[in-house]
Amino acid sequence: MERLIAPLEFDLAKLPLTEMNRFLHQELDDGDTRTVAVVNPDGAHNIAVGLNQPVKVEIHGHAGYYAGGMNKHAHVTIHGSAGTGVAENMMSGTVHVKGFASNGAGATAHGGLLVIDGDAGLRCGISLKGADIVVGGSVGSFSGFMAQAGRMVICGDAGDALGDSLYEAVIYIKGEPKSLGADAQFEPMTDADVEALAGLLDRAGLDHDPKSFRRIASARQLYHWNADANQEY
Amino acid sequence: MDIKSIPIKRLSTEESATFDRSTIDYIQKAAAHGLYEIRGLGAKRQLPHFDDLLFLAGSLSRYPLEGYREKCVTKTVLGTRFAKKPIELAIPITVAGMSFGALSANVKESLGRAATELGTTTTTGDGGMTPEERNSSKTLVYQCLPSRYGFNPDDVRRADAIEVVIGQGAKPGGGGMLLGQKVNPRVAKMRTLPQGVDQRSACRHPDWTGPDDLAIKIQELRELTDWEKPIYVKVGATRVFNDVKLAVHAGADVVVVDGMQGGTAATQTCYIEHIGIPTLAAVRQAVDALEDLNMKGKVQLIVSGGIRSGADVAKALALGADAVAIGQGILVALGCNSETYVQNGEHHSALEGYDALGTAPGFCHHCHTGKCPVGVTTQDSVLEQRLQPDVGSRRVRNYLKTLNMELTTIARACGKQNVHHLEREDLVALTLEAAAMARVPLAGTNWIPGFGGR
Repeated sequence: MERLIAPLEFDLAKLPLTEMNRFLHQELDDGDTRTVAVVNPDGAHNIAVGLNQPVKVEIHGHAGYYAGGMNKHAHVTIHGSAGTGVAENMMSGTVHVKGFASNGAGATAHGGLLVIDGDAGLRCGISLKGADIVVGGSVGSFSGFMAQAGRMVICGDAGDALGDSLYEAVIYIKGEPKSLGADAQFEPMTDADVEALAGLLDRAGLDHDPKSFRRIASARQLYHWNADANQEY
Repeated sequence: MDIKSIPIKRLSTEESATFDRSTIDYIQKAAAHGLYEIRGLGAKRQLPHFDDLLFLAGSLSRYPLEGYREKCVTKTVLGTRFAKKPIELAIPITVAGMSFGALSANVKESLGRAATELGTTTTTGDGGMTPEERNSSKTLVYQCLPSRYGFNPDDVRRADAIEVVIGQGAKPGGGGMLLGQKVNPRVAKMRTLPQGVDQRSACRHPDWTGPDDLAIKIQELRELTDWEKPIYVKVGATRVFNDVKLAVHAGADVVVVDGMQGGTAATQTCYIEHIGIPTLAAVRQAVDALEDLNMKGKVQLIVSGGIRSGADVAKALALGADAVAIGQGILVALGCNSETYVQNGEHHSALEGYDALGTAPGFCHHCHTGKCPVGVTTQDSVLEQRLQPDVGSRRVRNYLKTLNMELTTIARACGKQNVHHLEREDLVALTLEAAAMARVPLAGTNWIPGFGGR
């Protein structure tokens, strides 16, 4: 493949998305630019997916589905809102949404930090596998569904069934969930929780008192499909 | 007349067809436990299948090819629609997706080695890609499942093709299940789960819903891999005609259709036996969908679910499939339901193991327990040693080789120089059901029931 010359700015109104993604997938040399601006994203899907090196991508406008999807090492900022599945299955690095995020934000993410300044839609952090998610606003129903590992911080409220079928992930919420999901329960905040939460809020650049949050974790009653499996009559 | 002499012995011991002995056992087990049964493998009930079709070989109206002398091509190319690097198979028989977790690491390695020797593909499963299968498989298909256990972009990049799994023939509409006894430390770590937990996989993908979203998801996987790798979409056979059309619209390179005889490591019996349609009916609907869209040959079709023999493969191809995938047949080749397992060249009895599970060779479906007496579907550190990769890979290689020989033998008998030239006109049906489902005439007639309103 002919090596693309590193531009500082990709204008998606002029350049096909595939070429930009291909550029970002190339192994960069020491002299190559490490900060890339994306203008006129115009809600395009799959912007900056599959990044695998420490680059900074600034998206100026709204992004469609899966922005920053499966990210590793890179730092992606969306100066606008994000569509479904922003930072889905992220492994490391950061994705920061300055506006709102749609459904399934941070779904199945294994590592890294996803920050959403505004609200997030349904199923935020679904099947979370170790990443951290901080939402400045509120989240929709079924957020944290089957979340396995990692931490989720909600500075606003949550919709129905928050943390349904939780495994080992932990949710911190400042506002009120409309309801908790099956097997999710409020638990007392420990000093370790307060410290961890303070660190996450700090990294997200959000000014909240960590002591004003409550902790939600799994009651672990669904870990075995029926505890009475051996009953005999 | 002496009334006492009227024989009523047989009448008074007559078994009910509706409430037969296994139904009585089922009801009384439900009454005792308050739980449904979970088991492994596929549908056990009698179903219309490839056995109900026959080939019309060459004779006077068509001439056959010489069995050994004349060539018969088996090369198969998958993923020619969009991918820069399509998959080239030496034989149209692939290894179906089965998870590490359900199967041991030794089994995964056996499958990879055998498939590589024969020039075909293996497929990962729920639980991610193991180094054993990546290293042993020259060409590996990586599944993207609803649970996304162990799913990561490095493995996407390491894979040769990606299969987005919507459903599975044994349980369309259902998620996976791996009971706690199989969630050992390695499986737990790969899946980011607590050890010993009864693991449930989701039945829907976490970040997309419906065919329009799927199109964007497929595009994401293409962008991530710079449009190099073929994207397969796998569906469990239900509304096959519509589902295949939607998968094609969403941008699939290859559609995989898994009929209800397809196996599972652990699923509710009510799913296995009562949901989905037989493979025979599914193939025909899938081919009709591709033909309806004028996509036959552009989007390839892989069929799975109860494929056992070279004759089954030939019939699937004649009905319009491009390749088949085999799961249970391969487990059986490895030793599933065998009386013995092999250790250092010696056969050892596995009967005690079957007995402990309350079953016997020929009937076992206890994959879900993880106590496989022949070391195939287990994560137990002692039992898994019962299947060594050397033995396993040789058995699978021999099995696949046999199927391919049978396939080419049938193709030559039908006068085909290429197995992909087998066609529906080469087939007739033995039963009305098979004739209607496969839409080929009942043998000796030109009658296709239900076709054209007759």
